[in-house]
Amino acid sequence: MSFINYSSREINCKIVYYGPGLCGKTTNLQYIYRRMNPDSRGKMISLATETERTLFFDFLPLSLGEIRGFKTRFHLYTVPGQVFYDASRRLILRGVDGVVFCADSQLTRMDSNVESMENLRINLREQGVDGDRLPLVMQYNKRDLPHAASLSDLHALLNYRNVPEFEAVAKSGVGVFETLKAIIKYILVDLKKGGR
Amino acid sequence: MAQGHFILYDKEFQGFQIALKKLLADSYAKIVFLVDKNGSLLASAGETADFDTTSLASLAAGNIAATGGLASLIGEKEFSILFHEGERDNMHISVVADRLILVVIFDRRSSVGLVRLRVRRASTQLERILRDVDEKALADEDGGIEELTEEDIESLLK
Repeated sequence: MSFINYSSREINCKIVYYGPGLCGKTTNLQYIYRRMNPDSRGKMISLATETERTLFFDFLPLSLGEIRGFKTRFHLYTVPGQVFYDASRRLILRGVDGVVFCADSQLTRMDSNVESMENLRINLREQGVDGDRLPLVMQYNKRDLPHAASLSDLHALLNYRNVPEFEAVAKSGVGVFETLKAIIKYILVDLKKGGR
Repeated sequence: MAQGHFILYDKEFQGFQIALKKLLADSYAKIVFLVDKNGSLLASAGETADFDTTSLASLAAGNIAATGGLASLIGEKEFSILFHEGERDNMHISVVADRLILVVIFDRRSSVGLVRLRVRRASTQLERILRDVDEKALADEDGGIEELTEEDIESLLK
């Protein structure tokens, strides 16, 4: 649910990076944090375990300038990817405006990708959000690793809605901003249509 | 109705600000802010320059969400009040009308009892304003930023 403040002329939207454990959701946010102009981003908060696995969420606020006199702010969140953190994932999805589904391209992770996508649909449905209409962008991460699945396989397995999809190597930043721009555009177009 | 958006117009925004300022003064607090349950900051009052209010808003919402999860596990609907005691500053977090989160940060100039008392009074006022927000949302068929064009969106992403 986007928040529009006519008094301070601000639009706030929430983007959630979703996907299986260790697929690179936090790495996406870390790269964005490093590369964004400090004036355009706030502090990045990571609620992680001692071994740097996301425990609750990462949070990164971005201000992207004005559109029709409204300041645009995007709040980026990641969910904990590990299966047993499902309760936390549901909480973070609350009020989401758009999802980046970050898939791990490694062949051995295909089951986890599919399971996570299914989990996303269930968790959205539980909150009364239509998973087939919510702005969604796919990112196939870790394209640099050997034994990566082919794009057509990833598409066939995960991209059942045929939404925009991007290849990425989040560690070095490949595809990170392309993905971010795509989801922002999708959300704004959705906003223009008057929401879901 | 403006589906999917929470739209705040000037009158209600000012109403929130006035209510927060009064709460700030009445409770001798350092800072008071109002957040929606998704973590967006709606309004604030007090020494906000010293605090990262965006992060505070997001974490307060996360805090309420997590304790809400705990509550449902033991058969409670929600823990509507949270209190965090620090060495210097304390934080009182409460849920208003099931949708908003009111956060008060205070030090030894005040007390949890006083804050609690004043928060209760302020909550009634905030609930009233929230009802006005809802009524406007019902009356506003389009809502949102209807005149947004493809060019506007492209220019933002350049």
